[in-house]
Amino acid sequence: MAATLESFLAQGAQMFLVLAIAPAVTGITRRVKARLTRRRGAPLLQGYRDLLKLVRKDVVLAENASWFFRTAPYLIFAFTWVAAALVPTMASGLMFNWAADVVALVALIGAARALLALAAMDAGTAFGGIGSSREMMIASLAEPATLLVALTIAFAAGTTRLPEVAQFLINQPIELRVSFALAFVALVIVALAENARIPVDNPITHLELTMVHEAMALEYSGRHLAMIEAAGYLKLVLYISLIICLFLPFGMAPIDGGPVAWAIGAVIYLAKVSIAAVALGVWEVSIAKMRVFRVSEFLGGAFIFSFLAILLAFLSREVLR
Amino acid sequence: MSAFPGWQLPALGCALAIYAGAALAGAVAPRRALSFVYPVCAAAAVLAAAADLSVFFTQANLQAHLPIGLPTIGLHIRLDALSAFFGLIVNIGVFASSIYGLGLGGSDLSKRIEPFYPAFCAAMNAVMLADDAYGFLFCWEIMSLCSWALVVSRHENEENRKAGYVYLVMAAFGTFALLCAFGGMAGAAGGYTFDAMRANHLTPLVSGLVLAAALAGTGSKAGIMPLHAWLPLAHPAAPSHVSALMSGVMTKVAVYAIIRIVFDLLGNPQWWWALPFIILGAASAVGGLLYAVQDQDLKRLLAYSTIENIGIIFAGIGLAIAFKSSGIRYGAAVAMAAALIHSLNHSWFKSLLFLGAGAVLHATGRKDLDGLGGLIHRMPKTAFYWLIGALSIAALPPLNGFVSEWLLFQAVLVGPVFPEPILRFLSPVAGAMLALAAGLAAACFVRAYGTVFLGRPRSEEAGAAHEAPAAQTIAIGLLAVLCALGGLFGGFTAYAIGPLLTSLAGASLMKLGDGPTPFSLIAFDQGRAIYDAPTIALFVAISAIATMVAVHLLANKKTRRSPAWDCGFPDASPATQYTASSFSQPLRRVYGGIVFKATEDVDMPGPGELRPAGFLVRYSDHIWRYLYLEPAGTLWSVSKQFNALHFLSIRLYLVAMFCTLIALLIIAATWM
Repeated sequence: MAATLESFLAQGAQMFLVLAIAPAVTGITRRVKARLTRRRGAPLLQGYRDLLKLVRKDVVLAENASWFFRTAPYLIFAFTWVAAALVPTMASGLMFNWAADVVALVALIGAARALLALAAMDAGTAFGGIGSSREMMIASLAEPATLLVALTIAFAAGTTRLPEVAQFLINQPIELRVSFALAFVALVIVALAENARIPVDNPITHLELTMVHEAMALEYSGRHLAMIEAAGYLKLVLYISLIICLFLPFGMAPIDGGPVAWAIGAVIYLAKVSIAAVALGVWEVSIAKMRVFRVSEFLGGAFIFSFLAILLAFLSREVLR
Repeated sequence: MSAFPGWQLPALGCALAIYAGAALAGAVAPRRALSFVYPVCAAAAVLAAAADLSVFFTQANLQAHLPIGLPTIGLHIRLDALSAFFGLIVNIGVFASSIYGLGLGGSDLSKRIEPFYPAFCAAMNAVMLADDAYGFLFCWEIMSLCSWALVVSRHENEENRKAGYVYLVMAAFGTFALLCAFGGMAGAAGGYTFDAMRANHLTPLVSGLVLAAALAGTGSKAGIMPLHAWLPLAHPAAPSHVSALMSGVMTKVAVYAIIRIVFDLLGNPQWWWALPFIILGAASAVGGLLYAVQDQDLKRLLAYSTIENIGIIFAGIGLAIAFKSSGIRYGAAVAMAAALIHSLNHSWFKSLLFLGAGAVLHATGRKDLDGLGGLIHRMPKTAFYWLIGALSIAALPPLNGFVSEWLLFQAVLVGPVFPEPILRFLSPVAGAMLALAAGLAAACFVRAYGTVFLGRPRSEEAGAAHEAPAAQTIAIGLLAVLCALGGLFGGFTAYAIGPLLTSLAGASLMKLGDGPTPFSLIAFDQGRAIYDAPTIALFVAISAIATMVAVHLLANKKTRRSPAWDCGFPDASPATQYTASSFSQPLRRVYGGIVFKATEDVDMPGPGELRPAGFLVRYSDHIWRYLYLEPAGTLWSVSKQFNALHFLSIRLYLVAMFCTLIALLIIAATWM
């Protein structure tokens, strides 16, 4: 019983851990970008302040907005939060990790995305439609790529359950597998696209011709916008956690670790997330944004990489796997 | 054989009699009184569904022999778990459509629709019961003809007549192919009962030919590519509650037929039987959606999406054949479960979406996406249920479409254990195509829902729409509830079809309560793959509600209304909204160039010119052109050449007969 309570608390801790660090992770990336472009940049806590400011403001609803427009932000936030909480981060065998395997996780992200794309069309404006249409075009390539990456790793581990996948990789001697390398590149490309980062989308622009994610959130304000923003922060953490869990789970606490191991796992996880956030900042200042119709080639590349990865994993003998 | 074992067969017989009686009464009743057909059909559906349900759960195998039909064979009837499962799909669909039909008003009733509707329902039920080739084909043909009559019920419309013509040709082709398949299985001895076919052992060549014919016959009815051409024409042409039956239910009768033939009648599966199923299934899944995502007509879009879903089902069947022939029973069970559960799920959400489209058509008189919009305000119930259907068909958790999708990906993951390299290669290819289809399905239904129900009305009719009659919203709501329950309790469905899976694939999926909660869906064993929809749904619901309450209580809950911001252009005309065509433009740029040779012509007037700008998109449908139009054209020109032979003089006919005789004699002399 004590073990159950402990693991229940650990699951709760993870749920609040991802939520608590989410604005800071985006903050780190923004800060790195600012420093590299010789600006001072906002403090790391700016994300929290923004959210606080937004929830305090009144909501200004477009005249045509329906109940769906008002409900969607909470659902989007909840879907993203639950998905982020189900990826093993600090420990590999948390209480509810089993509820959604990696296929279900990809679908949960898809559900959040579909709800946002629908909500964008509710007010009946030109920009909402632009964002929604482009987002679904991007997703039509990104989602299958994510799924194929997930299946590649799941095949190697013999299970689609993330805790077992992480555990399998930890116990595995370190070696280079071609299929994993291809899958890694594919997942990184997808993560950039899904989080509306450069070169697919620019998170800080409101330039009409290039917006994707921002165009969908254009009509939102107040607490609704706060939910959408928080979901965006969480999604970045979710993808970083997923990459860590599928490719670099080393240092994750084992299933029956106990509080001390979990704490160590949490520290290592935070270090890995910070490194990823810094790397994202460096990446974003080093390249330019693509035209929207080049994005399909970029993501088509991710799809091809992930397809090659799963083909290699399924077909080849030990050497190339 | 006088006794009917069990009460279920007599009950089904009663249901069939009620359907038939309704059809006959409909034929003589005055037009105004025709609405009696729907409550009668609903009652018959309940009776038939109860019998099916009872047989399905008791695993009864009921057989009977009636002395009607062909003199030497009579009529063999059998109701086993497979028939009962698909019979249940049929009768749930019929029940929902009939409830919807209760809401049809006076001007909707027609002597061309209501008498055929019960006959169509009866024929679909009867196909499931047939246990000999003659009975099967007879009922199959009745089903085709009744649905054809319903497709051409609005024959004033030129397009509907064309749809009816193409459908009739394809239905005749399908029945002919099935006739060949049964002929091959009956063999030279001519054992036309299914029992004789089971006992008949075929050579690989014959079984391959039978498989090809069966695939052509059932695939043309189910709408598998490239035999799908009639489906997007005919399904939307029928009245909406019939479209729901044709798309949601009649395609499942074809799925039943192919499962019956391949897994029951044809003997032990060979591994190469799986190839056409997996290849055509995966191609249909992606191809159907590429059409659907471009289409401007709400009902035709749904018909194209049926092709996608049938593709998923056929890919599942193909994987099941591959696993079964390789002796991997667990893989076969998972793949077969995916195919069966997807058949059930698709019958629910596709019926829901078609009935909803019917309600929209009734309320606005339009089904073109670019003329609709904003219906969530004017048809709130229909809009809510349609949202559930759209999210289900896009395979999003925790709704039912995702359950079968999840099982299918689990089956793909077993692919590397195939002994044959080509299957090892095909399984990840199928996985990639199905993943692509999942992504496109989300895009397709976001587009459809966004343009029809969200935004502002794009036409006066859409602005003046009204909610559908209560009977119709109840029917749609019922299916929405089924979609939600099917998603949450997918584990129970997987458990319930266990015995059926054992008989088809050689293994069952799971026992109830194997997982951490009683509702878990488990493939293989719980250490390997597990999905628990109720837990996830509970988590999402708690997080969403807790966040909403916290934000409202602790921060600010004030709301103001104002014109939309739209980057500083408020109150623009509804014409500035994204339309369905603009929504699909990025997707067209990505996929259309390769698949449809889509080209865009922009005609931009120069400065000072007063003519309007123009934008034209051209597609070409390769399948329609090369597989239908050109062969039809060739046939036409060849038959025109031969037409001259009708008008020869008697001397020339005599010469022709003489030459034929000489030729035959020479052939006989050289061969004998």
